[in-house]
Amino acid sequence: MRETIIHIVTVLVVLFVVLNIAAGLIWVERRLLALWQDRYGPNRVGPFGLLQVAADTIKLFFKEDWVPPFADKWVFILAPGIVMLTVLMSFTVLTFAPGIAIADLNIGLLFVLAMSSLGVYSVVLGGWASDNKYALLGGLRAAAQMLSYEVFMGLSLMGVVLMAGSFSMSAIVEAQRKMWFVVPQFLGFVLFLIAGVAETRRLPFDIPEAESELVAGFHSEYSGMKFGMFFVGEYVGVVLISALISILFFGGWLGPVLPPIVWFLIKMFFFIGFFILLRAALPRPRFDQLMDWGWKLMLPLALANLLVTGAIVLAVR
Amino acid sequence: MLSVIRTLWHIFLHAFHPRVTVQYPDEKPYLAPRYRGRIILSRDPDGGERCVACYLCAVACPVDCISLQATEDETGRRYPEFFRINFSRCIFCGYCEEACPTYAIQLTPDFEICEYNRQNLVYEKEDLLISGPGKYPDYSFWRVAGVEIGGKGKGESEREDPPADLRSLMP
Amino acid sequence: MTKVYVDNRPFEVRPDQCMLQACLTLGFDLPYFCWHPALGSVGACRQCAVKQYKDENDKKGRIVMSCMTPVAEGLRISIHDPEVVAFRAAIIEGLMESHPHDCPVCDEGGECHLQDMTVMTGHNYRRYRFNKRTFRNQDLGPFVNHEMNRCIQCYRCVRYYREYAGGRDLKEFSMRNQVYFGRYEDGTLENEFAGNLVEICPTGVFTDKTLKRHYTRKWDLQFAPSICVHCGLGCNTSPGERYGSLRRIVNRYHGELNGYFLCDRGRFSYEFVNSERRVRQPLLRQDNGLRPTSKAAVLDRLKSILAFGKVLGIGSPRASLEANFALRALVGAERFFAGTAPAEQRLTSLMLQILREGPARTPSLHEIELSDAVLILGEDVTQTAPRMALALRQSVRQQTFQIAEKLKIPLWLDHAVREAVQEEKGPLFIAAPYVTRLDDVARETYRAAPQEIARLGFAVAHALDGSAPEVAGLSEELRNLAGRVAQALRDAKRPLVVSGPSLNSESVIYAAANVASALCRAGKPAGLSFTTPECNSVGLNLMGARPLAEAMEAAQKGEVEALVILENDLYRRAPRQQVDALLKGAKHVIVLDSLLTPTASQAEIVLPAGTFAESDGTLVNNEGRAQRFFQVFVPQGDIRESWRWLREMMIAAGRREAAALETLDHVDEALAQALPALAAVTKAAPSASFREAGAKIPRAPHRYSGRTAMHANINVSEPKPPDDPDSPLSFSMEGYPDQPPSPLIPFFWSPAWNSIQAVNKFQEEIAGPLRGGDPGVRLIEPTPGSEANGAYRGAPPEAFSVREEERFFVPLYHIFGSEELSQQAPAVAELIPKPYIAIATEDAARLQLKEGDEAEVRLNGSTQRLAIRLREEMPKGLAGLPVGLPGVETVELPAWGKITRV
Repeated sequence: MRETIIHIVTVLVVLFVVLNIAAGLIWVERRLLALWQDRYGPNRVGPFGLLQVAADTIKLFFKEDWVPPFADKWVFILAPGIVMLTVLMSFTVLTFAPGIAIADLNIGLLFVLAMSSLGVYSVVLGGWASDNKYALLGGLRAAAQMLSYEVFMGLSLMGVVLMAGSFSMSAIVEAQRKMWFVVPQFLGFVLFLIAGVAETRRLPFDIPEAESELVAGFHSEYSGMKFGMFFVGEYVGVVLISALISILFFGGWLGPVLPPIVWFLIKMFFFIGFFILLRAALPRPRFDQLMDWGWKLMLPLALANLLVTGAIVLAVR
Repeated sequence: MLSVIRTLWHIFLHAFHPRVTVQYPDEKPYLAPRYRGRIILSRDPDGGERCVACYLCAVACPVDCISLQATEDETGRRYPEFFRINFSRCIFCGYCEEACPTYAIQLTPDFEICEYNRQNLVYEKEDLLISGPGKYPDYSFWRVAGVEIGGKGKGESEREDPPADLRSLMP
Repeated sequence: MTKVYVDNRPFEVRPDQCMLQACLTLGFDLPYFCWHPALGSVGACRQCAVKQYKDENDKKGRIVMSCMTPVAEGLRISIHDPEVVAFRAAIIEGLMESHPHDCPVCDEGGECHLQDMTVMTGHNYRRYRFNKRTFRNQDLGPFVNHEMNRCIQCYRCVRYYREYAGGRDLKEFSMRNQVYFGRYEDGTLENEFAGNLVEICPTGVFTDKTLKRHYTRKWDLQFAPSICVHCGLGCNTSPGERYGSLRRIVNRYHGELNGYFLCDRGRFSYEFVNSERRVRQPLLRQDNGLRPTSKAAVLDRLKSILAFGKVLGIGSPRASLEANFALRALVGAERFFAGTAPAEQRLTSLMLQILREGPARTPSLHEIELSDAVLILGEDVTQTAPRMALALRQSVRQQTFQIAEKLKIPLWLDHAVREAVQEEKGPLFIAAPYVTRLDDVARETYRAAPQEIARLGFAVAHALDGSAPEVAGLSEELRNLAGRVAQALRDAKRPLVVSGPSLNSESVIYAAANVASALCRAGKPAGLSFTTPECNSVGLNLMGARPLAEAMEAAQKGEVEALVILENDLYRRAPRQQVDALLKGAKHVIVLDSLLTPTASQAEIVLPAGTFAESDGTLVNNEGRAQRFFQVFVPQGDIRESWRWLREMMIAAGRREAAALETLDHVDEALAQALPALAAVTKAAPSASFREAGAKIPRAPHRYSGRTAMHANINVSEPKPPDDPDSPLSFSMEGYPDQPPSPLIPFFWSPAWNSIQAVNKFQEEIAGPLRGGDPGVRLIEPTPGSEANGAYRGAPPEAFSVREEERFFVPLYHIFGSEELSQQAPAVAELIPKPYIAIATEDAARLQLKEGDEAEVRLNGSTQRLAIRLREEMPKGLAGLPVGLPGVETVELPAWGKITRV
């Protein structure tokens, strides 16, 4: 009974923290972008503009919750739910610090990959149900992009799995006591970072949205809180990928002096910041370039990485 | 790849650059006298209305937001009966000022003309007319133009001979 | 055709013109000032200089004036040679030396030939640093404004005014750089065509004074192709509107009709549209007064009135065909009456019958200009059909051209021709009871009573052809005169007889028809032109309405439940007692009119009808040409086309078929089906579904300004431009950007040609027809094969005998005053004479009357007191009563009446 309550509390706390970080990220991102572009960013609502997010959320709630008459109504409503659901589900298997996890599954990593694959549905269905050519194009691009990058995203992690000998998050972290996997698995780290950006459809890989070409891509027709879900879903995705990077390559909660959860958060926020820096600095590639890199460069590299790692692991054993 | 990293680094360094944003309205920016803001109608050095209702500003306006009607006083001096600018359409391009042959219409460095009600952005002549000559203190169209108005007869404008004596036989 | 080379490119051009005209026809932009297509060349301004080369090897060439260079086989010129370009720029710089710095306040600005030409030559900077010469202006009356400082001394004004229009009171004065164009002293310009100076003057010396009061630039006006409604000639006009009021009228070139010129009545009468007396809302009689009411209320009232039968309709010669037809449809053909004076209707029918039976064909105004011998019977054309007088004035030059041809002077070389011709004039004979404004160019005039005029006509016919009826008891003098007229007509190549209903005399019309028939029998292509009193007299007559007198009878019998009067002031048609009886005889009187006329103020219901500027419709002119006029602007309030009101009345009366008459095209189709004589009206202009490159024709120039501000004082959200279901024109500047078909040209403009001279670009050849043919369709052609066997009509009347006690009153007409609508225009109103009676000086002496004395006139049972005006030239025993003048009662004329001293 007590365990159940602890579980429920953990779930609620994680949900609360993750959603708040995601929402707070909107402010963080705008401020950081402004900082790197020599501007101020939102600085009027509340101290340092912190209440901007609250204001935006209130605004989103008061916007007309509109379903276009030509849209496929139920799919249209369902799509933004899927993105939130799949990304939040991935958090269930993350181990944030010793003992702070919802479910430390022994196939944790596979579960995360599976959930992120399901996430494609939300974008594709959203684009399809909108019955709008920009949305459809955005959905198509998203499907192609996410399927392609999915492949080597999984493969790039196999090196880590080989070295740790487990899919469980806590086991992977524990395996890094001597050395963070970023050192032996540097290639894997780079590949995962790129795939992670593409999976979250963040700049420079925001081709499904591509506002300069496709209005707003797959969510052109969305407004109000349905749009808000896509929007927050994207930021939750950023949190997830950052958390994964720190767990898989940077030793998760491992670190001296400070409590483990603090180390975890520091590492995670560092990568969140890095994601924002990418957005501030890099231009969007063309769609065919993106696909080229995915299949012709990243995939072979991921395979090579796996091969070499596998060989070394075999040799050492 | 290296260029990507270099870009990232350069952008990151911007975190330590000063910010260019001017914190309007706490801080007011400097606006040059020839800034293109709110439009006014000026008066000539004698205090009379400069606008002669020639319609050139209206025709130059790319968004057609100026409309007026010419009329004349009893001495033949032409002026606008009404002069209306719809600032909710104005794009502050300054073509009206370029077109104005009398320096009557001028753009000023004032841009703070927001209204909650769009109707209030329709300015009539009373709203536009100022009491001075604006940027061009010395010019007076009527001193140059060859037409007769109150207080200035034929041949009394700048560079004009007195009216020809048609009855004279002198060569 | 002749081959010429312009900048080494070969072109085929007509040989009988100057190189300037040829270049303009070919579409080249060659600047000019003193030349005008209607005035010919004088070579005064030196602006149209081109370089002429001996042959293809001549590289040097020499500068010549293209307006003085005849087209010749193999002629080589260059327009773009740098030397000649510089020459033209230098010329204009010289012309601009003293031009004042006042374009912003000049009414010509934006449509100024001088501005256009200055831009065309490239002169853009004033180097002249010395003083400018100045002039004092003159007050030239209510129509034309004078601003002499702007003059560039091209002499076009005096050439037009004196040589073309026959005016005498405008001339050049002084010398060297002080040449002044004006009158000897201030005063109204006497000529009836002085308004054309506004368009003739290439700059702003002569501008429209009526426009000045509500000045708007050309680019800001919304135009529509329109037809003048102030006489029966149907001149084409281009009225311009701004802010819901009509601002001016300019000429709309029509190769067959008005050409480049309008009369002052046509040009300056437009202001009646803005009149205070306009009916702008439906009026309903309540508590002994007409009170404004809503459209719904008035239609409700009409429903109960129209539910009972016995509704009579009175049509109007100043309403469009469509309006008259809608009335006819409302009341039924047998209850549709013509709202014209009984005599007028009789005479119009007679004239139409004559023209249809032939043999003589009715000529267009252009053909009148080309006539070389003219007999005018009983018309003061300047007062009743003014523009025709200007055409007739040109006709006297036709025979004199032989002199120039003999001397091998090309006809376009205007002053050389005039020098050769001197005061020689072609034959023009005028027979009228009084002096007419064309007498100065007439070879002979004959002033007599209408009967005598008819007798002269019959005598001429008899002199031409012995089988024509002979006039009994002809005096020697008249016989000789008839002989001379007959001789002149017989010798002419294109003789013309002009007459009309002015004198209300059938025998005058018969006489004119017989002269024309006799000429046709002699194998001459004789023209027979009748003036008609109002803009749609012919159209109304072709509808076959019953005479007004029958409506009066029916009213007297008490058989009339309701009377619907269409755009008509019956008090101008019949004596007061008769009209009063008619209006009282009907239980309900419904008037549709644009002005609150005396008739309208007697009505129970007045519906606000649109004027020509607010409605679309078709008018038939005196030549039988059906022409469409288009709505210039959408009026405020309930003003709408009469035919739209009548349709609503039909719907209110429960007539289902009226629902189909939704647009003008529907009405025209129904009209063409119901009245075979008018079947061609549908071809008068393209239908509303016509599109050029998929777009409507814009009414406003593309530089039309102020669209987002003009209504902003009412509501800052701009209204949508009004739809126009009736025509292929749009109420906007958006639409087809190029030249529309000729009946749909709202205004003349072409790139680089902002002035009205842009018409050059719209003509097939300069001064020729508009591209695609001149607008309008002719409904009346003589029966084929009638040339040889055309019967003579009518019989010569008894000779006129002077009575001791009574005077024979003939109608007198005034260009300003006799026409109903133009009286309401303030500028025209200034020139309307005070009511008077004209009598011969000789008779006055007998009655001991002096100029200005008040006298009592008893005529046809009416008595009125009027001032006396003496007319030297009037024959003994005659007196004249002005028609339609405010303050003069309507009397059936001619009639014997008594003048007594008060």
